[in-house]
Amino acid sequence: MAVTKLFGAAIKRREDPRLITGRGNFTDHIRLPGTLVMAIKRSPHAHARIVRIDTSKARAMRGVVAVYTGQDLVDKLAPVPCAWLIPDSDLKLTPYRAVAVDKVRYVGDAVAVVVAEDRYVAQDAVEAIDVEYEVLPAVVDQEKAMEPGAPQLYDEIPNNLAFHWKLHVGDFDAVWNEAEVRLSRRLINHRLIPTAMEPRGALAAYNPGSGELTIWCTSQNPHVHRLLLSAVTGLPETRIRVIATDVGGGFGSKIPMYAGEMIAAAISRDLGRPIKWIETRQENYVATIHGRDHIQYVDIAARRDGTITGVRVRAYANMGAYLSTAAPGVPTWLFGLMLQGAYAIPVIHCDVYGVLTNTTPTDAYRGAGRPEATYLLERMIDILARELGMDPAEIRRKNFIPKDRFPYTTPTGLQYDSGDYEATLNRALELVDYANLRRQQAELRQQGRYIGIGFSTYVEVCGLAPSQAAGAMGFQGGLWESATVRVHPTGKVTVFTGSNPHGQGEETTFAQLVADELGVPFEDVEIIHGDTEMVPFGMGTYGSRSTAVGGAALVAACRKVKEKAQRIAAHLLEVSPEDLAFENGRFFVKGAPDRGMTFQEVALQAYLAWKLPRDIEPGLEATHFWDPVNNTFPFGCHICVVEVDPETGKVDFLKYVAVDDVGNVINPMIVDGQVHGGIAQGLAQAVYEYAAYDANGQLLSASLMDYAIPKASMLPSFTVDRTVTPTPVNPMGVKGAGETGTIASTPAVVNAVIDALAPFGIEHIDMPLTPERIWRAVRERSS
Amino acid sequence: MQITVTVNGVTYTHDVEPRLLLVHYLRDVLNLTGTHIGCDTSQCGACTVLLNGKAVKSCTLFAVQADGAEITTIEGLARDGQLHPVQEGFWEKHGLQCGYCTPGMIMTAVDFLQRNPNPTEEEIRHAIEGNLCRCTGYQNIVRAIQYAAEKMRSGS
Amino acid sequence: MYPSTFTYYRAGSVQEALKLLVENPDAKLLAGGHSLIPAMKLRLASPSALIDISRVPELAGIRDAGDRIVIGATTRYDDIQRSELVRQVLPILPEAIDVIGDLQVRNMGTIGGSLAHADPAADLPAVVLALGAELKAVGPDGERTIPADQFFVDLFTTALQPNEILTEISFPKPPARTGMSYQKFANPASGYAVVGAAAVVTLGEDGKVAAVRVGVTGAGPYAVRRQNVEQALVGQEPTAAAIEAASQLASEGMTFNSDIFASDEYRAHLTRVFVKRALTRAVERARG
Repeated sequence: MAVTKLFGAAIKRREDPRLITGRGNFTDHIRLPGTLVMAIKRSPHAHARIVRIDTSKARAMRGVVAVYTGQDLVDKLAPVPCAWLIPDSDLKLTPYRAVAVDKVRYVGDAVAVVVAEDRYVAQDAVEAIDVEYEVLPAVVDQEKAMEPGAPQLYDEIPNNLAFHWKLHVGDFDAVWNEAEVRLSRRLINHRLIPTAMEPRGALAAYNPGSGELTIWCTSQNPHVHRLLLSAVTGLPETRIRVIATDVGGGFGSKIPMYAGEMIAAAISRDLGRPIKWIETRQENYVATIHGRDHIQYVDIAARRDGTITGVRVRAYANMGAYLSTAAPGVPTWLFGLMLQGAYAIPVIHCDVYGVLTNTTPTDAYRGAGRPEATYLLERMIDILARELGMDPAEIRRKNFIPKDRFPYTTPTGLQYDSGDYEATLNRALELVDYANLRRQQAELRQQGRYIGIGFSTYVEVCGLAPSQAAGAMGFQGGLWESATVRVHPTGKVTVFTGSNPHGQGEETTFAQLVADELGVPFEDVEIIHGDTEMVPFGMGTYGSRSTAVGGAALVAACRKVKEKAQRIAAHLLEVSPEDLAFENGRFFVKGAPDRGMTFQEVALQAYLAWKLPRDIEPGLEATHFWDPVNNTFPFGCHICVVEVDPETGKVDFLKYVAVDDVGNVINPMIVDGQVHGGIAQGLAQAVYEYAAYDANGQLLSASLMDYAIPKASMLPSFTVDRTVTPTPVNPMGVKGAGETGTIASTPAVVNAVIDALAPFGIEHIDMPLTPERIWRAVRERSS
Repeated sequence: MQITVTVNGVTYTHDVEPRLLLVHYLRDVLNLTGTHIGCDTSQCGACTVLLNGKAVKSCTLFAVQADGAEITTIEGLARDGQLHPVQEGFWEKHGLQCGYCTPGMIMTAVDFLQRNPNPTEEEIRHAIEGNLCRCTGYQNIVRAIQYAAEKMRSGS
Repeated sequence: MYPSTFTYYRAGSVQEALKLLVENPDAKLLAGGHSLIPAMKLRLASPSALIDISRVPELAGIRDAGDRIVIGATTRYDDIQRSELVRQVLPILPEAIDVIGDLQVRNMGTIGGSLAHADPAADLPAVVLALGAELKAVGPDGERTIPADQFFVDLFTTALQPNEILTEISFPKPPARTGMSYQKFANPASGYAVVGAAAVVTLGEDGKVAAVRVGVTGAGPYAVRRQNVEQALVGQEPTAAAIEAASQLASEGMTFNSDIFASDEYRAHLTRVFVKRALTRAVERARG
């Protein structure tokens, strides 16, 4: 049987047949007899004391089974914990109830819960609940929230300051005093709404007879949710099963533990009936996490030749009303550690203030911290280039960490695994035909047309690891991943992975890895994920970690299986294991290729066990918990070309080139898809998306009517290319591709727009670069 | 109120509340869960089905309005085990990631290609403006529809 | 989301619909439902009854009535867009319809539904103003014709009485040397018009502007005609400078909406720009 190598092949996805025929297993598709529907009454006020809740009308409605207030659930659900306790930062925790008991702190905070026979009646009942509030003054802006006299969200947290995190490397003051060029700017990295197309939801089914709770929910990390559900419900982990097979996108928003899922669990336990809760998009916009929302004060010290000698940042991160599950780590570690970017900057000085406000909590949204760092650097380096009259490509080249310095230890203490930053820049310049493009730009300016070219040369960290580092950072979990490889007597293989892909295609790429490792047909490999009852344990899918960490666990488990198979084959062929070679799924004696056994024959013998020696256990299966030695650091260069209509301020995309280096690539088709989608989200931050609050804490962009996630007609086609610099961190040499596009694209787009507007003397506009903002900037400079 | 509809070739008669949206009728009464719901404001298009051959958002239609109509949902698109060329295009060209927007996206593309068998990229991007995808950046969706168009034109 | 309960009536004729309207004063008419149902889902509207007029045969269809084209109120956008007659004679209609909502919305939405709903950001109000259409309504006291100029009264408010039904929209066929264009600046999220401008220009044999009508939507609480712009152009050679000068008047005397995407000041600016663009294109087309 001939098996070709699948690593590197653009194989069609095996997820697709069920998804293109309407046979996916999304949470809302699961039907259990006797299911009741749950709906949540949410606060319309950003900050208020609950005076009285009248549920009598709702309770009296036909079809309504139960109504719960926060008080009713106090002894059924413990407060929601935070899982990233960043050290040395005076962290103040904000434990909160799934359903508010005394006070609401953002629009969308849960105040009561209805259980009814159907969705429509549940909504009728929600409307019939009468809540009397004492409305309190609200604060939504993080800088204002720290001012004296600002409304206080918690009596015990003065100035709404949840933490102050510091990372000071080197003597910035000295560098600043010596600097030939000093730049200071205030940058805003505004708030975004993740908007996975599938809203969150849960179907919780507690069996009062067995004491088991099964919960289908929209989760990127089912085991983590099981652990947290256990913590809030008091049920042992062994009695909870979390299932999340098909999840309709996450982008970070399905990592945290939320009210809805745990309320469904508690009520199912209380009523002994299955409870389904599916949020509406409106709820999703107020009660699922938001992302970003940084105000950054940046100082850059440099020499006249363009060499950056130091970066100082003071950032105010808007955490929202509560500290969400992983929230404290996002604007701190995931941001501060990456402040040197792709550049050999020796001195980094960073202070981050995590501030509580009367807004939806923020947490990890695609890129999580790294886009905020990358935008800051890439924007500032463009401003510096303008100041010095340098070409934006050349100033980057000047500051790159040279390729002969890898592995490179950053001043912030990371070890960049591998890289050749200049190669991606060169390739991207070639693809856009840079010299020509600049000429064209100059010509068009003469005709009153404004095109701009924007760069972003980024490096990002993914495959977050190792667990020891997680501990040092205060992350309340390990950062390994698990895989079990079970070979059946027929030689077919089931893989149980702790990763939980929800669009990333690992059912395909992982099968490619296994087929290669074990020399079995791709079709013979089944990938199981998203079920805590089947997978030993898993940390989940986020931070572009699935392939680099979960895939490495899988390869390691395969190698254990193969090692055992080889011992069995050697025994049966009466040679020593070292005398065997393995090719195309067959063990054979070196020098005597006719004497051999297929992997499938070995598998059968492993289960028959008739001829196994006493020191080899029957069966053929292995589990590996892979804890990487280091993170991986993908990098690349994105170049965006836009035309700006100064009359309306509208931005048109003429060209977008992305040259990424994500290490080795298992399935180029899937990696391209990740890059496309990533660029779309990052580009959208630059020009379209904006979560806007009014001063009272009302979310103004509270639906897809107001929050502009891009439509097909709002995006260009992307030209995607790659260089390949494998990482030594895992056996496959892969780095991760889920977030590169999002991290890289935002500054590339903004830099392009600002470049287009250079003739107007415009040096910076804060995002999002909406037509009106651009029009205003042009008008100000023109008058 | 009593309604009779033919869905994917099967005729059903049910007594429904007038306020029942077509999408909930399909999902909760007929258990055809391939038609998804992604928003409340008729923006996302995840719920798109064919009503008498035309793509409509089943979240913006009461089931009673569909009385007497022929409806095709994603489950009814493949015939005799053969994928529709649009479905095939999405598979071939990696036109989906999480798959949540996919059924609606496919149904819109089916209607669109009936009226424009040889579309430009720009026309395709315009045609799917009522279907939001958060994963793909649309590039491979465009390719998938181009693939289907070509296949349908060549009549294979 | 989930609408409140209501009683559903299906009318078989205009007379039956009128009778139901009288019997159910709180009722809403349902045609395509693409303005009403989204509002009901969010419970911004909770009518006690809906009267479905989408199956009333005499309300749908497009006909050539000599010097006019008449479109039934429940004619769907898609049917208008596909009509060869409309494409030939009133090309601004398909041009505008092509940027309404999306393909699915155009399959369900109706021309009369949009006009009667009078969303301040809907596209067609500007177009019927620019075309000088007449809207026919039937009430308990019989039929009357409302010129487009008098139809849009305020935010979501038209000249229709609560017990009247909009039955058809009648468009005069434009004379020779007429060009028309609808230019829109769309909200990137909703797709609605931040500003939409419709211009219909007829040139005389001397190449000067013989007649011109301009309608603007999206900018203010309701769609308006811009007679000041029209007056500044009539009798003029439609040069770029003349169009530019006339368009500068487009924002005069208007009230502008303001939201998170576009302030009133920016809308006023866009009104001038898009009136200019619509006029420019219409003149190009009039010249053929």
